[in-house]
Amino acid sequence: MSTLTVLYAVLFYFAFVMLVGGTGYKCWVYARTPQPLKIPIPPAPTTRAGVVLRMLIEVTLFRALFRSNKWIWLFGWIFHVALLAVLLRHLRYFTEPVWGWVALIQPIGLYAGFALLAGLAGLWARRFLVDRVRYISAPSDHLMLALLVAIAASGLAMKYVAHTDIVSLKAFFLGLMVFDWRELPADPVLLLHLALVAILMIVFPLSKLLHAPAVFFSPSLNQVDDAREKRHAAGWSTQIIRVDRTRGA
Amino acid sequence: MAAFETPPLGEYPVIPLVREGAMAHSKPFVAKPEHQQGLGFPGELVPDWENVAVTKLGQLVSQSRGLQVFLDACVKCGACTDKCHYYLGTSDPKNMPVARQDLLRSVYRRYYTFAGKFFPWLVGARNMTKSVLDEWYSYFHQCSQCRRCAVFCPYGIDTAEVSMAARDIMDSVGVGQKYSNEIIGKVHKIGNNLGLPERALRNTLDGLEEDVKEETGVDVKFPLDVKGAEVLLITPSADFFAEPHIDGLIGYAKVFHAAGISWTLSSHASEAANFSLFIGNHDNLQKVAGRIRDAALDLGVRRVVVGECGHAWRVAYSFWNTLIGPFDFLDPRYPAPQHICELTYDLIQRGVLTFDKSANDDKVVTFHDSCNVSRGSRMGDAPGGQFRIPREIIRACVNNFVDMAPETIGEATFCCGGGGGLLTDDLVELRVKGALPRMQALQQVVQEHGVNYMAAICAICKSQFTKVLPYYKHPMDMIGSVHGLVSKAIVLKPGN
Repeated sequence: MSTLTVLYAVLFYFAFVMLVGGTGYKCWVYARTPQPLKIPIPPAPTTRAGVVLRMLIEVTLFRALFRSNKWIWLFGWIFHVALLAVLLRHLRYFTEPVWGWVALIQPIGLYAGFALLAGLAGLWARRFLVDRVRYISAPSDHLMLALLVAIAASGLAMKYVAHTDIVSLKAFFLGLMVFDWRELPADPVLLLHLALVAILMIVFPLSKLLHAPAVFFSPSLNQVDDAREKRHAAGWSTQIIRVDRTRGA
Repeated sequence: MAAFETPPLGEYPVIPLVREGAMAHSKPFVAKPEHQQGLGFPGELVPDWENVAVTKLGQLVSQSRGLQVFLDACVKCGACTDKCHYYLGTSDPKNMPVARQDLLRSVYRRYYTFAGKFFPWLVGARNMTKSVLDEWYSYFHQCSQCRRCAVFCPYGIDTAEVSMAARDIMDSVGVGQKYSNEIIGKVHKIGNNLGLPERALRNTLDGLEEDVKEETGVDVKFPLDVKGAEVLLITPSADFFAEPHIDGLIGYAKVFHAAGISWTLSSHASEAANFSLFIGNHDNLQKVAGRIRDAALDLGVRRVVVGECGHAWRVAYSFWNTLIGPFDFLDPRYPAPQHICELTYDLIQRGVLTFDKSANDDKVVTFHDSCNVSRGSRMGDAPGGQFRIPREIIRACVNNFVDMAPETIGEATFCCGGGGGLLTDDLVELRVKGALPRMQALQQVVQEHGVNYMAAICAICKSQFTKVLPYYKHPMDMIGSVHGLVSKAIVLKPGN
């Protein structure tokens, strides 16, 4: 077993714990933090089913963003959909035998790799070209885009420039999943790709990537507009003690 | 205050280029110790205030899922950067919603996140210092908490919640805003924002009865503290004396008269406004609202109706049930609370009211959706009722009505520029500049349709426009109450 393999095996266990544990912890914090008052933002549905539909539209079509700015919507939506396709395509490295539908979408996943880069390029260009967006961009915002671009580029490089030993790689990951460690191919592009992905997993719960789970907890989006019909109370508003006076009695 | 130029109205609305520090000089008067203490806040900057502020921030975040999510979720996509009327009117980048949030988010990150604790330069985290506090004081008083940015944010991040939290923190270390805190103190002491005592209120109402009698020949009553009345009307105190608000109050009275509904005002709860919302302090929010429950129980009314006031309707619609509910002592056949527009609209639907629209034929009317009604509440049973119902009332009362551009009304309405506790003379420059997007939209319907009257259902909007319309070369009396239009057109029979 090479040092490299041990290093990457440990790195990915750590990254997995950070991604799942860290994000799970943040979700638990969100879930347990009360929202004492009703603050839904229109268009606010008046039923729970309506809220589910609203959230579904928001997270799949980015409706608010579409109303807000067509360029950000275009680049952002392309990026997210492409990322989803690419992630699904990668399932084949973690399943044996490969699921039928995963095999079926392989070609889509390939195009998606380029769409991913295009979306990222558009989003990054805005951070330089639009003065308002330039003003609000912190170093971490640029770094996050750089990280994603590097992941996409190194991934595409392995497909179109320098193939890696995909069979051994798959054995490595299948082994990791059952704690049966296998040798990782020492291909520099692959090692770069994997290291960057591990970094992404590690920073997920520590960064703005938290927007992915957080959106589901956003009270302005997930509250039902029924303040008059149902008395809402949570946190300090459950502690309200009322002593009705009887004046003039 | 330095002189300033009213921004020019171009042919089309323009998203300005960033001009850093353009409004850095703007800040309202600081509350004096006597304004602070009545609200339970320290009178001046407390010792060790940095720690007190940071601790308070942590508490607020742990008590509000909204705040917690809003501070974590922003990806700096830029969708909100051109949505704030104060940015559009001033070009100051710290008036972009995301940048305004970042004033507080930078401190939250520094003290409460891993990235901010260990890599502050990477994520723009900052220590809580005097210059940060000064910046907060300036720019969190350049937010009218209108929530327009939240409509356009993919995560629903609500800058109003952030600005309320910042103001609550500033109050807790002894740096309050004079305008809001002085007013809240008056409500606690006397019962309304103006500090109008019971006798003065009664005189005003008696005067109104005489005026209406003279004008219409009908005995329209303006009852005060009448036990056993059906409806308790809670309305902003500006309705008692300010123009054009008072025409609205006369309109409500005529509607009650025409429908034969017995009603009363309360001298104990003679104020719908609840400025505690603006300073984000829930103890004061609840205390101010509490007077209304007391009054409703004391007077034994069966319905509570709220007059034309934007943030008051948000507090009433969205928060009263939580703060002072349940309203199980009220008539379950009516929504509790009910907006005066809902009441009037219902009567129109049932054919109870008669109108002579020609009484308003001198007007071409447009409607300004007030931010807190539009984005903090609802009317009627279905989503969007808060937009439909006031317009239906106007259409029932006037022959000439046109809407402003669709991206400037409804959910996307622009704030008048004076909401959220900013309706004070020490912020006139901000108010004038913040009104720019609304003035731009108004200008268009004035030119294309000859609009000469803008109706609104918010006391702050009415006062703000009265002040800023002349800066944009419009007459100040162009702004009016929706129930002012009702008042003009309603046909009263002396018999009922």
